[in-house]
Amino acid sequence: MTSLTRLSRPAARSLQHPSGRAAAAARLLGASALGLTLAFSLTACAAQSPAVGDAAATSTTPAAGATPADEGATAITVTDPWIKAVDSGMTAVFGTLVNGSDSEVRFVSAVTSASPKMELHEMAKNDAGEMVMRPKEGGFVLAAGGSHELAPGGDHLMIMDISAPVKPGDEVSVTLTAEDGSEFTFMAPARTYTGGNETYESGGMGMETPAAGGGMDATPMPAAS
Amino acid sequence: MLGGAALALGGRAAWDAAAAEPGSAEAGSAASGTASSSGTAGTSGTAGTSGTSTSGSADTAGRAVVPFFGEQQAGVATPPPAFASLVAFDLVAGADRDALVRLMRIWTDDIGRLTAGEPGLGDTEPELATVPASLTVTIGYGPGVFTAADLEIERPAWLAPLPPLGIDRLEDAWSGGDLLVQICADDDLTVAHATRVLARQARTFTTVRWVQRGFRRSPGTTAPGTTMRNLMGQVDGSRNLVPGTDDALIWHDDSAPSWLAGGTGMVVRRIAMDLDTWDVLDRSGREITIGRRLSDGAPLTGTAELDEPDLDAVNDLGFPMIDTVAHIRRARSASTSERFLRRGYNYDDPPVTGKLSNSGLVFVTFQRDITAQFVPIARRLDELDLLNRWTTPIGSAVFVVPGGCREGEFIGQRLLTV
Repeated sequence: MTSLTRLSRPAARSLQHPSGRAAAAARLLGASALGLTLAFSLTACAAQSPAVGDAAATSTTPAAGATPADEGATAITVTDPWIKAVDSGMTAVFGTLVNGSDSEVRFVSAVTSASPKMELHEMAKNDAGEMVMRPKEGGFVLAAGGSHELAPGGDHLMIMDISAPVKPGDEVSVTLTAEDGSEFTFMAPARTYTGGNETYESGGMGMETPAAGGGMDATPMPAAS
Repeated sequence: MLGGAALALGGRAAWDAAAAEPGSAEAGSAASGTASSSGTAGTSGTAGTSGTSTSGSADTAGRAVVPFFGEQQAGVATPPPAFASLVAFDLVAGADRDALVRLMRIWTDDIGRLTAGEPGLGDTEPELATVPASLTVTIGYGPGVFTAADLEIERPAWLAPLPPLGIDRLEDAWSGGDLLVQICADDDLTVAHATRVLARQARTFTTVRWVQRGFRRSPGTTAPGTTMRNLMGQVDGSRNLVPGTDDALIWHDDSAPSWLAGGTGMVVRRIAMDLDTWDVLDRSGREITIGRRLSDGAPLTGTAELDEPDLDAVNDLGFPMIDTVAHIRRARSASTSERFLRRGYNYDDPPVTGKLSNSGLVFVTFQRDITAQFVPIARRLDELDLLNRWTTPIGSAVFVVPGGCREGEFIGQRLLTV
């Protein structure tokens, strides 16, 4: 995701709850042309099996915040979570969510230590046939015993307006909330990532050049950050 | 004591067992050192099993895994695989201890995954990670790390540029560096991918100072334990230190600071060979220069490669059998502690226009104390060594290889988080 969008703040706020307002959000995206267009679709990051060293990087602890009645997220683990390091603006969290329970789990919202704004996103074709990034209607659904991959070019946890630079090697926390209110928290280590070369529709027919943005520059230059 | 390195020997032995051709003359004596190390390591059970069960597989060498976690970093006592890439990095201005901690976390995670045949996080070419091929990655710290981390007090006294030598024609392009990553594997594509993954993740912390690629014989082409030949045709590395037997000369033990226990000192010298003038020398001249037979590496006073040279032996005319300025005579010190583990690689890079070759050695040594063990020998060879006529050191760098790490730890943690 090399470039930036000018996602206006009021619009962004209105998109914070994809499960509740997904339809409205999708209409809003269309109407205000805030959709995010992918120039290239990625297929990387398909690692499914835990590698040596996963223990340090992967939190598989079910949410501590789940109440007794809210058990949906307690059997969830995540494999190979990571967040793209950025100095400002937007970024995203990836990894594979695994549902170890025998019932479906539907995640409908997410929060992160990196920003007040996190959304469950998907890549999908818009009316013009372009791949656009948008809040995922209905959230992320994990079938009983199933898994759900979050990867560049696919579903992901989108973070807007990070509150401080996410430096390579840092870790940020992510908490997913399921439909039943239960929560799943994990830590995502930050990695330098320049893949995707994604550009975003800035409105109308105009395309921002990768250099025009300010927030999603994914090619950090040598600096002591 | 051997930790990951010991297991490494076992893993390597598994492949070697499958690939070994019984009856290879040159392997016989040379292999004994490796075999005894492997026995010491006590991993024969695993090695034997996998060696037996996989001996028929065509991709055995590709699937061989050298464990990453252990008391020591892999890639020192590990038998050298066929290919190596050494990358020296300079820290960018302002990179501090916090930055080093973050970089070490990333590299440790990546190395753990890559050596197991798994892609790194955010690896954009994950398919290239699926052939570990005995991949090892060894991290070294140059003097600059201790400055950047504000840990000068922890810097070993021997971690400093080697004293200037008369034979040196050092080039900045091959010298120095704040951080070193040594990547070795039995497959060059595996080496290239691992190098790329690690360098990519280091881009906000460092700039690449130099890269040196090297090679030995490929897997399956020579018997296990065969001493390397260099591009001058010589058997290169006979009578080396033997991990497991000579550990006191290689590793720091628990008497060292905890971060250095299981660590070692590393010297990387780039030694250019003038193959065009070497061509002019006849075989007997070449053997006199080294003091060993070209055919099998035996000392001119012996019959087998690992025979102890008899430096006092004289011929019918009363002249020394091993010349007074022969390389092996000059390279030997009266002090048995002035020795080091040689783990070098050949390089054969494209020559500049008008030249025929650009060849030599990426001469890599490991020793507990560079000043006490390496420098005296380097000085002896600088003073007098017939071989100097055809070889020229053009690069020089020193590093400390911190001890290995356990799962959940990162390389250098005990230094950087004091």
